[in-house]
Amino acid sequence: MIDVIIIGAGVSGCAAARELSRFRADILVLDKEEDVCCGTSKANSAIVHAGFDAPAGSRMAALNVAGSRMMPALAQELDFAYQQCGSLVVCLSDEDRPALQKLYENGLANGVEGLRIVERGELRALEPNVSDEAVAALWAPTGGIVCPFGLTYAFAENAAKNGVRFQFDTEVQAVRPIAGGWRAETSRGPLEARCVVNAAGVHADELHNQVSADAMTIVPRRGDYFLLDHTAGDHVRHTVFQLPGKYGKGVLVTPTVHGNLLIGPTATDIDDKEDTATTAAELDEVRAKAGRAVKDLPLRQTITSFAGLRAHELRHEFFIGEAAPGFVDCAGIESPGLSASPAIGREVAALVQNILHLPEDPGFDPHRRGILDPKTLPFEERAALIREQPAYGQIICRCESITEGEILDAIHRAPGARSLDGVKRRTRAGMGRCQAGFCSPRVLEILARELGVPQAAVTKSGGGSQLIVGVNKDSL
Amino acid sequence: MKQIDLVILGGGPAGLAAAIAARKAGVQDILILERDREPGGILNQCIHNGFGLHTFQEELTGPEYAARFADQVRELGIPCKLNTMVLDLSARRVVTAVNRTDGLFQLQAKAVVLAMGCRERPRGALNIPGSRPAGIYTAGTAQRLVNMEGCLPGRRVVILGSGDIGLIMARRMTLEGAKVLCVAELMPYSGGLKRNIVQCLDDFGIPLKLSHTVVDIKGKKRVEGVTIARVENGRPVPGSEESYDCDTLLLSCGLLPENELSRAAGVELSAVTNGPLVDESLQTSLPGVFAAGNVLHVHDLVDYVSEEAAAAGAHAARYILQGGAEGGEALPVRAAGGVRYTVPTAVHPARLDGALTLRLRVDNVYRDRALAVYAGQTCIWRRKRPVLAPGEMETIVLKGPALDKLPGCGGLTVTLEEA
Amino acid sequence: MEKRELTCIGCPLGCTVQVTLENGAVVSVTGNTCPRGDAYARKEVTAPTRIVTTTVPVRGGVLPAVSVKTAGDIPKNKIFDCVRALKTVTADAPVAIGQVILADAAGTGVDVIATKAVDAV
Repeated sequence: MIDVIIIGAGVSGCAAARELSRFRADILVLDKEEDVCCGTSKANSAIVHAGFDAPAGSRMAALNVAGSRMMPALAQELDFAYQQCGSLVVCLSDEDRPALQKLYENGLANGVEGLRIVERGELRALEPNVSDEAVAALWAPTGGIVCPFGLTYAFAENAAKNGVRFQFDTEVQAVRPIAGGWRAETSRGPLEARCVVNAAGVHADELHNQVSADAMTIVPRRGDYFLLDHTAGDHVRHTVFQLPGKYGKGVLVTPTVHGNLLIGPTATDIDDKEDTATTAAELDEVRAKAGRAVKDLPLRQTITSFAGLRAHELRHEFFIGEAAPGFVDCAGIESPGLSASPAIGREVAALVQNILHLPEDPGFDPHRRGILDPKTLPFEERAALIREQPAYGQIICRCESITEGEILDAIHRAPGARSLDGVKRRTRAGMGRCQAGFCSPRVLEILARELGVPQAAVTKSGGGSQLIVGVNKDSL
Repeated sequence: MKQIDLVILGGGPAGLAAAIAARKAGVQDILILERDREPGGILNQCIHNGFGLHTFQEELTGPEYAARFADQVRELGIPCKLNTMVLDLSARRVVTAVNRTDGLFQLQAKAVVLAMGCRERPRGALNIPGSRPAGIYTAGTAQRLVNMEGCLPGRRVVILGSGDIGLIMARRMTLEGAKVLCVAELMPYSGGLKRNIVQCLDDFGIPLKLSHTVVDIKGKKRVEGVTIARVENGRPVPGSEESYDCDTLLLSCGLLPENELSRAAGVELSAVTNGPLVDESLQTSLPGVFAAGNVLHVHDLVDYVSEEAAAAGAHAARYILQGGAEGGEALPVRAAGGVRYTVPTAVHPARLDGALTLRLRVDNVYRDRALAVYAGQTCIWRRKRPVLAPGEMETIVLKGPALDKLPGCGGLTVTLEEA
Repeated sequence: MEKRELTCIGCPLGCTVQVTLENGAVVSVTGNTCPRGDAYARKEVTAPTRIVTTTVPVRGGVLPAVSVKTAGDIPKNKIFDCVRALKTVTADAPVAIGQVILADAAGTGVDVIATKAVDAV
């Protein structure tokens, strides 16, 4: 019997896996997709909330603030891209000032450090492209931006390094109690474990409701975004939110850790938990709202639009606790889940540890090195690296200058990239302005070669997402 | 740092022609840097015929056209580094590049020719809503897979955009066994050549739906269908939607000059063409940096790319051999009255050697107009044109007495008028 | 009497040309603005031809496939026969530009030749 099965390889499941890898245990992370970071964790605002927004006293608030505080040290330890750039909640009308004050006080109650209301003049100095209408803003210096893929892979790779196993393309269809633990019926056969962690994202309610009478309802709340090219990346210096008020709820405008500009999201509750299609109406909504808090947005420099689903529980709270003996929920993890993930992982691990009383693993290594980006090296070091490993001299993705060396690293890590999207999330190959037009045939070739499969077997994102369906004239 | 006379960024048709011309003009020390595994650029995947009628008076395929230039480069002994990516160009013409064998290296060039070509407008820039499964390719990506790898990227295909690459791919996919269901074009006219509409669509009964666009893409893992709607005043018309069951959507929605290196170097770019602003010698705002081909403005025929690039190579050679550019008054060249842009946008009358070539595109389909050039208020050139279309590049060559009117005229204007 | 309508490809004007045929012979051509349109229409309705371009796989080459073309025009209605005749053809590297890949493709009397050189590995 396995010690712990974690259902879901999103940021929460991987954070929990990494925390649990401090102990001597047989831990297995399952995901229905082909890789880590394929659900909510891959399509979100990529920000670390300072923690002023969640209602004071809530689980959400406590874990948000705790996670945000852990992030700087964790970014060093696990080597992922994170910047504490600070955030601004912009108030566009004097009549909304009471709401700004209330948000400030909520932040104080949550224990957020450094919060201050800044007035027009200082706001303009901080953020020159802020809207001319802006009268004041809540300044949160501890707000930050993070690569959501980088964070999730960092947790997963460090967990794997410390012995956690990952199994993909495995959907958990049912869970039921057995003597001394749980039996999970999966798309690839049954599995038994002493303890189960339910980190199934938008599907966490389905598993929870199989084991608990205290029903949970998760509604997928879809948000559409625009991602703009590097040329627009410095349009704002901080994450800029719009204070909900006279003009309704706005969208945020933020730089990303890779120098792009991200704008969104909308918030539409839908029925289909897999429907991440953008809609014309919502993209129009982002366009209409985006310019309120930030002026002159260069939307023409959009390189892609995408949608993500938040796992919104109707009570708008994180549910982290033992739903049944040995069955630990990590559910309702919507925004600020990414920000809170380090604290969520710690809390889930503590709950599991309370049940299993695992011995500590003295060999636990808390460090993980990210994929080496030769662009970050000084000229001579980069030249030396290429002399040693010529694959770092072969550029594959022209837009983001990603080398074959980085792609090989991504494929041969554990858990490694097996698809074009897996390579893209790990290395950014295909993430640039041409959106993989040039590099996808090359990456396809490298994946096929390294994985020892025909090119026609390589997928964009697992499942039936093959990029090549045959050879010329095969149907003639 | 290694010193070199001329570095050419890109070994496609523009880069090869520039190198040949520069060598013939007397520059010995030339290096071409090419990021692909062979010279020829995009021509290597354009295996259809129709190239070279203007240059060689015969109809060649893309690879054959490329080979003619690549062979000349080889015979002239001009070195070309392949699989080499230029990472940076400085305003003082320091080129930083990388490849497997030479590693990371820098060159100080006396002159540089920008010949990086263009890339396709991706889906993101088109803001097509829907899901993001496998099966959405730019026409050029599909072209590479089918024509160079021999792989089929799909079996039931809808094409958005009637640019030439989209039209050509409709025929290529059909000939390789795929079913092309339709080509949708947002504009009320096609951006492609008439010949391609007839021989790539009509020949195979593929419908061209003008004033239509894709409004939805379905499919989680692989494309399962797309929805197309009629467009009026730039918006899809509700109720006009048609669904197509398909596994592939190809996008052929325009080309963008690839000027990231130029921008980083500080080259001034045109907001209309997205290419560098150049003078009559095809020199950019940076001294000693020249540009030609699709990096400068998107051309319709490769023959004109070669011609333009040869001029850039010759001018770069003159710059190198003379140790800089001559001075003299610079006149602006303005596009007006339906002319969308001109290349060049500035002219130094004192530096002209007997002819001035102006290339341009119009902004709409026009019938029975005249194309005219004014020096100040004086018309110095005028020709009737039965039809002008945005898809076709126009070339004006001014010679002889027309050029005498230039000095002190205040500027040139290129415009359309009633015929 | 048969009427056919085509688009002239002679220039960007793209005239819509009407051709009237009787017993397979052209009786009249209308709608063209110039003599090129007349000539194009007559050929297109009586004996339309095309150059066909495609690829064949390469064995032992530095590239997986080589581009090919018919060395001259073939009848338009033979396009697919020609491509099908190439379905089972593989070229051995090295391939020279202009090398015959398939002689007398689909009985057209026209050879299919390589349009690109592919070196051996």
